[in-house]
Amino acid sequence: MIPAAFEYEAPTELAQAIERLARSGGEAKVLAGGQSLIPLMKFRLAQPARIIDLNRIAGLAYVRENGDLRIGALTREADLEDSTVIRDRYAIVADTAAVIADPLVRNLATVGGNVAHADPANDHPATLLAVRATVVARGERGERVIAIDDFFVDTFTTSLSPDEIVTEIRIPRAQPQSGGAYIKLERKVGDFAIVGVAAHIQLDEKGNVAAVGIGLTNVGPTALRARRAEDALRGRTPDDKAITAAAEAAADEAQPVADLRGPVEYKRDVVRVLTTRALRRAVMRAKGGQK
Amino acid sequence: MRVQMTVNGTTKEADVEPRLLLVHLIRENLGLTGTHIGCDTTSCGACTVLLDGRPVKSCTVFAVQADGRSVSTVEGLEQGGVLHAVQEGFTKEHGLQCGFCTPGMMMTSVALLERNAAPTELQIRQAISGNLCRCTGYVNIVKAIQYAGTKLRETKAEREPAAAGRA
Repeated sequence: MIPAAFEYEAPTELAQAIERLARSGGEAKVLAGGQSLIPLMKFRLAQPARIIDLNRIAGLAYVRENGDLRIGALTREADLEDSTVIRDRYAIVADTAAVIADPLVRNLATVGGNVAHADPANDHPATLLAVRATVVARGERGERVIAIDDFFVDTFTTSLSPDEIVTEIRIPRAQPQSGGAYIKLERKVGDFAIVGVAAHIQLDEKGNVAAVGIGLTNVGPTALRARRAEDALRGRTPDDKAITAAAEAAADEAQPVADLRGPVEYKRDVVRVLTTRALRRAVMRAKGGQK
Repeated sequence: MRVQMTVNGTTKEADVEPRLLLVHLIRENLGLTGTHIGCDTTSCGACTVLLDGRPVKSCTVFAVQADGRSVSTVEGLEQGGVLHAVQEGFTKEHGLQCGFCTPGMMMTSVALLERNAAPTELQIRQAISGNLCRCTGYVNIVKAIQYAGTKLRETKAEREPAAAGRA
């Protein structure tokens, strides 16, 4: 399959890329890992007149923990998986990176692309909702820090301005007695999630839930925050009863549609099951246990 | 656009449209048809090549993105008439039937063994999970990669006995 013709440029400075994007009149697309954009172009579902390739811009790929966790937008999923900081301190992010597409795709796919593409089937968005991440974007008017709750507007639609490029993802620093997990059900490696659930828990000194985040993949027009499920758990002891109540709430507030991956009833029940498992694992990790 | 890249150790130049996919540059402009096109939808891994040493699906990379970089294809594995350990493994362990997935499977295997000289079966199966084989059930492919890993470790031990002893 051959994509439609386009003009290509690969600036070496971010400012240049922003300027070109701003002047394109909405006709340009930004190329990061290309693992979603290029297939769309091959199917001619996307036919941008101009491609602005970010891959020649230095300094956009990094994982740093100074205060909060900062992940450069051009960081490859494979590098997230390999990062010691991610594996040791942000297990929920390691869980997520490891189930995106397949290992070959992860060698090119970027975390910034996964988020900016705003596909409700992508895996990072639910995790970022659960951990209350922020997205840093740069445009002609400078830098903007966007709360993840304000980032996803609709399917394939974000609150980015036409001239803005995602440069960084920020995740609040991992605290003692906190933990998270991401669990995805997929038909086979490389497929999108039937359902994915991200859960993040902060316990207080008594072992009760001080803060909780739950994000859902591929059961709505965007990745969803399961707010009522969070409410069902906050302030409670995270025992089986409380987790069951939260999981039932999550199933109820999910908005799945029937497709080749299953009917609505099935997907709702998968939300319930995976929310239970993700919460249990998050609690175990918050208490210092692995896996 | 003019692009220049190192392909299997040799500098190659081409004049390409930006929309040309890397796999088409490799097969059509350079005539290296060992890299296959299977699904053409980023699923099967038949088109796997190494881009700066990392295995990627060359049907999902534009040729212009490889400008100034290094590309390795299956044709570069054999050196001076001697098969690469991975090629030898696929032969000895019958790691293929129809052979369509084999070039991609081998490129992924080469990259895996570069990073991890002694992978477990699980690590092998995870590494090749983006390469689909519809003939073998993967059993002999796993054996082939294990064979190659053993052979590469033995060759290294022969060449650097002191280093191997320390490890």
